[in-house]
Amino acid sequence: MKAFTQLNGLVCPLDRANVDTDAIIPKQFLKSIKRSGFGPYLFDEWRYTNYGEPGMDCSTRPLNKDFVLNQPRYQGAQVLLARDNFGCGSSREHAPWAIEDQGFRVIIAPSFADIFFNNCYKNGILPIVADAAVVDRLFKECQANEGYRLNVDLPSQTVTLPSGDSFTFEITPTRKHNLLNGLDEIGLTLQHADEIKAFEVKHKAAQPWLFAQ
Amino acid sequence: MAGKTLYDKLWESHVVREESDGTCLLYIDRHLVHEVTSPQAFEGMRMAGRKPWRSTSIVANPDHNTPTKDWDKGIEDPVSRLQVETLDSNIKEFGALVYFPFKDSHQGIIHVIGPENGTTLPGMTVVCGDSHTSTHGAFGALAHGIGTSEVEHVLATQTLVAKKSKRMLVKVDGKLGKGVTAKDVALAIIGKIGTAGGTGYAIEFGGEVIRGFSMEGRMTLCNMAIEAGARAGIVAPDEKTAAYLKGRQHAPKGENWDKAVAYWNTLKSDLDAQFDAVIEMRGEDIEPQVTWGTSPEQVLPIGASVPNPAKEIDATKRTSIENALKYMGLEADTPIEKINVDKVFIGSCTNSRIEDLRAAAGVAKGKKVAGNVKLAMVVPGSGVVKRQAEEEGLDKIFIEAGFEWREPGCSMCLAMNSDRLSPGERCASTSNRNFEGRQGPGGRTHLVSPEMAAAAAIAGHFVDVRSVH
Ligand code: SF4
Repeated sequence: MKAFTQLNGLVCPLDRANVDTDAIIPKQFLKSIKRSGFGPYLFDEWRYTNYGEPGMDCSTRPLNKDFVLNQPRYQGAQVLLARDNFGCGSSREHAPWAIEDQGFRVIIAPSFADIFFNNCYKNGILPIVADAAVVDRLFKECQANEGYRLNVDLPSQTVTLPSGDSFTFEITPTRKHNLLNGLDEIGLTLQHADEIKAFEVKHKAAQPWLFAQ
Repeated sequence: MAGKTLYDKLWESHVVREESDGTCLLYIDRHLVHEVTSPQAFEGMRMAGRKPWRSTSIVANPDHNTPTKDWDKGIEDPVSRLQVETLDSNIKEFGALVYFPFKDSHQGIIHVIGPENGTTLPGMTVVCGDSHTSTHGAFGALAHGIGTSEVEHVLATQTLVAKKSKRMLVKVDGKLGKGVTAKDVALAIIGKIGTAGGTGYAIEFGGEVIRGFSMEGRMTLCNMAIEAGARAGIVAPDEKTAAYLKGRQHAPKGENWDKAVAYWNTLKSDLDAQFDAVIEMRGEDIEPQVTWGTSPEQVLPIGASVPNPAKEIDATKRTSIENALKYMGLEADTPIEKINVDKVFIGSCTNSRIEDLRAAAGVAKGKKVAGNVKLAMVVPGSGVVKRQAEEEGLDKIFIEAGFEWREPGCSMCLAMNSDRLSPGERCASTSNRNFEGRQGPGGRTHLVSPEMAAAAAIAGHFVDVRSVH
């Protein structure tokens, strides 16, 4: 996993509540057996005016000019600003894969769907829950000022606005540590293999039917 | 000290270790696997040279991509075929307790086959790279969807890194009216608390109405817990749970059965248990539901009219109503009963079990699908459901009424195979998501119960099933 410490990034505002994972990456792209290459299909149905198929060359597809991701001022954005319940719907990790592949490393929203929120951390994306009023302010400022950037600092858990104002965000110590160091979670868990084995022995003695072959 | 909720008990009995910030390693008993969210996980295992921790915890089956007709032709779409074949070869390499390849007589939707063969049991932790894993909570299991990185983590370590959720009790007491089903209860709950209402919570469903549900009804309800934002929905096991499981292939046998049932009887919330949130509803107040928008919370009783954005004061909500009406091709204030349908889909892990098919057949019996309906299809949840329905003659009832009777799979729930809506087509669907493009690009989905879907097929528009049946 990619480590994340600090980022000063251009912000792209996606002004819609309940953005679901089918909108983030439509199902036809889930047929891939790879982990990469989903970026060009991010928000496919909103982004292009024709129907996307896996393997299509997106550089020649007709763009929906009104969609924010297509506006010149947001090219190269690394911070996605979103509304309530971002990432609701399916468990598909293709959603954070597509977001990351597009170049986003931070998502700020008033709330996220649980599975999506969790999936972000596994892919080096920092999802930040901010007060609805703060998110509102960020939307206004971002839409009003071209080139609007935010400074996101994980060690101090702070987001700083261009005005110098800042707000802090929550993250569990475990997630913070793993993200800062880009750690492989499986490797970390396997350091506790003996504890897992001991648990398994106890569990099997209590409920042998769970281990039927 | 306050008593424990069922969720607390399920959680605590699976904690391997806990960090000081509450992050736990949770032991996983059952790992369900399908073709869409697993290839990258197996690939990761291979690249790291890792072996599965306990392959006999795995129950696997392709379902999302598989066609629902002309099985003799195989899977025509080469990309889908590769994904299904990749699952075949991954299971061959890594092993599984149960694997039903494409066309196996037991193959079906993963959330239908687990309960069906007794690999989902009370007291278990169940995970799958699929958000509707919440279905299995109907058995008093702690069951939830995970991402592909977590699929790999469970394969390699038999554990999940997780933090405990908050606890919500949704209690539905009283009695349901005739023609009102578990699906309507699920939609009414989502309508009340919203699609983010359960975010951060595990929901326990309780009350007389839920106790009165069959296992099929409980599965329908728990299935849609995720649509209320909750990763897990749980119903405490009882004598119905045990009766459903008894004799199933992988259910405990002999002495183990008695021990298991004794343990399952302890799986309920203590009387003095504390929940972080409690929602109470009355069965009498719930009517057959129809979604009108592009989120499951955009739902109304059949007698209502679609909302008028002009009457909404909150700006964000107003925009989402406007967006939804535009996408759905609906005028504000249209009575729901005036909305015509082009297609009808009866299926999905929400409503494709035998009881759902019986209920839909009960409405369709001796009637004909309306002329304006281009396609009405019934897709059983599994090969086992399909055969049982055929033994009961349900297939004939559907076929005579003009429905297509298909092979099992996810089908038009998410339209990864060729079953899909064309742009602008409107569908009465028993599935769980009405998101934009879910059933095909530009397709318009209205979520309903199997009875309501069958009634819409016959009438050609939405209709109150209580008035026709
Ligand atoms: S039937 Fe639909 S919701 Fe259920 S597993 Fe299949 S695609 Fe997912």
